[in-house]
Amino acid sequence: MNRRVPDAHPPDTPGRLPRRLSLQRDTAGTGGLRLSVSGRLDRDAFTDFLAEWQDLLPDIEAGRPERIAVDLAPISTADSAGALLLMQMETDLKQRAIAVDFLHASGDIEAMFTLLSEQAARAHAGPVRTDGGNPLVRVGDAGVRAYQEFVVLMTFFGEMIATLADAVRHPRSVRWGDVLVSVQRAGLEGLPIVGLISFLLGLIIAFMSSLQLKPLGAGVYVAALVGISVVKELGPIMTAIVVAGRSGSAFAAEIGTMKVNEEVDALVIMGFDPMKFIALPKILAAVIVLPLLTLYADLFAILGGLVVGVLGLDLTAQTYIHQTLQGIRVTDISTSLLKAVVFAVLIAGISCQRGFLVTGAAEAVGRQTTSAVVSSLFLVIIADSAFAIALHYIR
Amino acid sequence: MNPDIPAIAVENLTARYGERTILEGVTCAVRPGEVFLIIGGSGCGKSTLLKYMIGLYTPAAGRVCVHGVDLSTLDEEALLGMRKGMGVLFQSGALIGSMTLFENVALPLSEHTRLPDETIARIVRMKLALVDLAGYEDLYPAELSGGMKKRAGLARAMALDPSILFFDEPSSGLDPVSSAELEATITRINEGTGTTLVIVSHDLDLIFHIAHRVVLLDSEARGIIAEGDPHRLRETSRDRRVIRFLNRTIEG
Repeated sequence: MNRRVPDAHPPDTPGRLPRRLSLQRDTAGTGGLRLSVSGRLDRDAFTDFLAEWQDLLPDIEAGRPERIAVDLAPISTADSAGALLLMQMETDLKQRAIAVDFLHASGDIEAMFTLLSEQAARAHAGPVRTDGGNPLVRVGDAGVRAYQEFVVLMTFFGEMIATLADAVRHPRSVRWGDVLVSVQRAGLEGLPIVGLISFLLGLIIAFMSSLQLKPLGAGVYVAALVGISVVKELGPIMTAIVVAGRSGSAFAAEIGTMKVNEEVDALVIMGFDPMKFIALPKILAAVIVLPLLTLYADLFAILGGLVVGVLGLDLTAQTYIHQTLQGIRVTDISTSLLKAVVFAVLIAGISCQRGFLVTGAAEAVGRQTTSAVVSSLFLVIIADSAFAIALHYIR
Repeated sequence: MNPDIPAIAVENLTARYGERTILEGVTCAVRPGEVFLIIGGSGCGKSTLLKYMIGLYTPAAGRVCVHGVDLSTLDEEALLGMRKGMGVLFQSGALIGSMTLFENVALPLSEHTRLPDETIARIVRMKLALVDLAGYEDLYPAELSGGMKKRAGLARAMALDPSILFFDEPSSGLDPVSSAELEATITRINEGTGTTLVIVSHDLDLIFHIAHRVVLLDSEARGIIAEGDPHRLRETSRDRRVIRFLNRTIEG
């Protein structure tokens, strides 16, 4: 049986609904017009009402009345949108030099009308924001800002290096408890994701290269290929990306929130150096964790390659490991660890700096956290390129 | 302490955030041992003035002297020494979120004194009891109500027995009862220890109950428009802005 279900919200067509506006000659009055407004005057009826009003407007204008009386008595409910409609009617009529009298408004509508029009009148009292409209001015401003940000950043890194040097000289002054907490969060808790990503990365590289090398009978070189690419490049980079995403963002958000809660100010007043108290443990933790995570990532990537080697290339595990070790040199490992340390300083440093830049409210925390991750990735890739060039010429 | 030297003297201070000038040519002095309130409407620079007084910012012009010493002439270490003599209760308490109440209050003690741990623990418990938080040592700030956070912040601010205590909007966000309790605690501290109190507030109850002297700031004047005993100011001032603020009226 095909039963027709009525629409929950039938389309509002002016033809189907009773008219909300009706126009009559004012018989009792001065020969003006009388407009009666009925029904709901609220946000649901807004669009239809406005359309109806605009249809009616030419009719009213044609009569060239001096005044018009609008009877509000039949209105059942009204809200701000309704009040806005009445204001619109008033404005439209005033533009056509027709005076308006609103009659029989209930107390509620009257009060709302007064409140809202007062607000509209006050809307321009606030301070005016002056943005440099001239594109040339804006470019100049952006340049000056970029320069100032650079100076702030360099000052921060200078301070950071001084604090690190001080920590090396006076290791007892470091808050090692906080360092341990950060090591746990940035390192230990990051093991599963770093392991998974590296394992799959090794697996994918081995699989893709085996497709190319196997037909040539060179499948055995997959081991060295995976080993070299992972240890020299991909291990440190992938780990740095994961740490920037996991911990860099956490550092920035934590410090930013402390800034918003005035905790940083409180520390300064209590005679603590925020750099030493908050940033240093995080930076040290990153410096400890990132090289270890990099080694761990290398290991898992090689393991991923090993799985492909054994299952897809019919190599024994022993051969695969032997081939891998043949491919990697000790200097490869040590430079990758050096890279990891540099990445750690850059990620933790810029993330803490972004955190300290937070001023104002929660929205700024979000903005600086994003900036922390983006800047971390940018600095890491720049540093990696610098390493690639430097290492090429050193050898 | 020499009673003739003001605890804090602000001379011709100009304060700016970026290009916006908040305060201009502000001069005032806090006498030792008094309860001094910085009052005014929102956005008139009350908290800003407080932050200059504790040396968080460097003035664009003018100077701030604490116990007769110009803060801007001090190096990092001397400033630190000066700050040990000041305690600040921030608006939200500003407790370190990763530490328990005990650790928060013990923080300045373990950093700046060589007291044995057991003594520190006893001082911490004493200070927490003073603000009615005995027994809450092991809770984290997130587990406390707004009023408790403020009281804990006060305990921490008093950990080193400062000679000047600063309060930023102590009664904001508190219910009337907590607010009255805090007020009583503040008075007790001032009377019991002779600590100089500098309080930023727009709470009229607090102003008329505890202030020895007030300065009224105005955002348009960018500075002080009235100074003195609040009761006398209410009765004698002819400045419309002063009358409006102290009588809580909209039209002057």
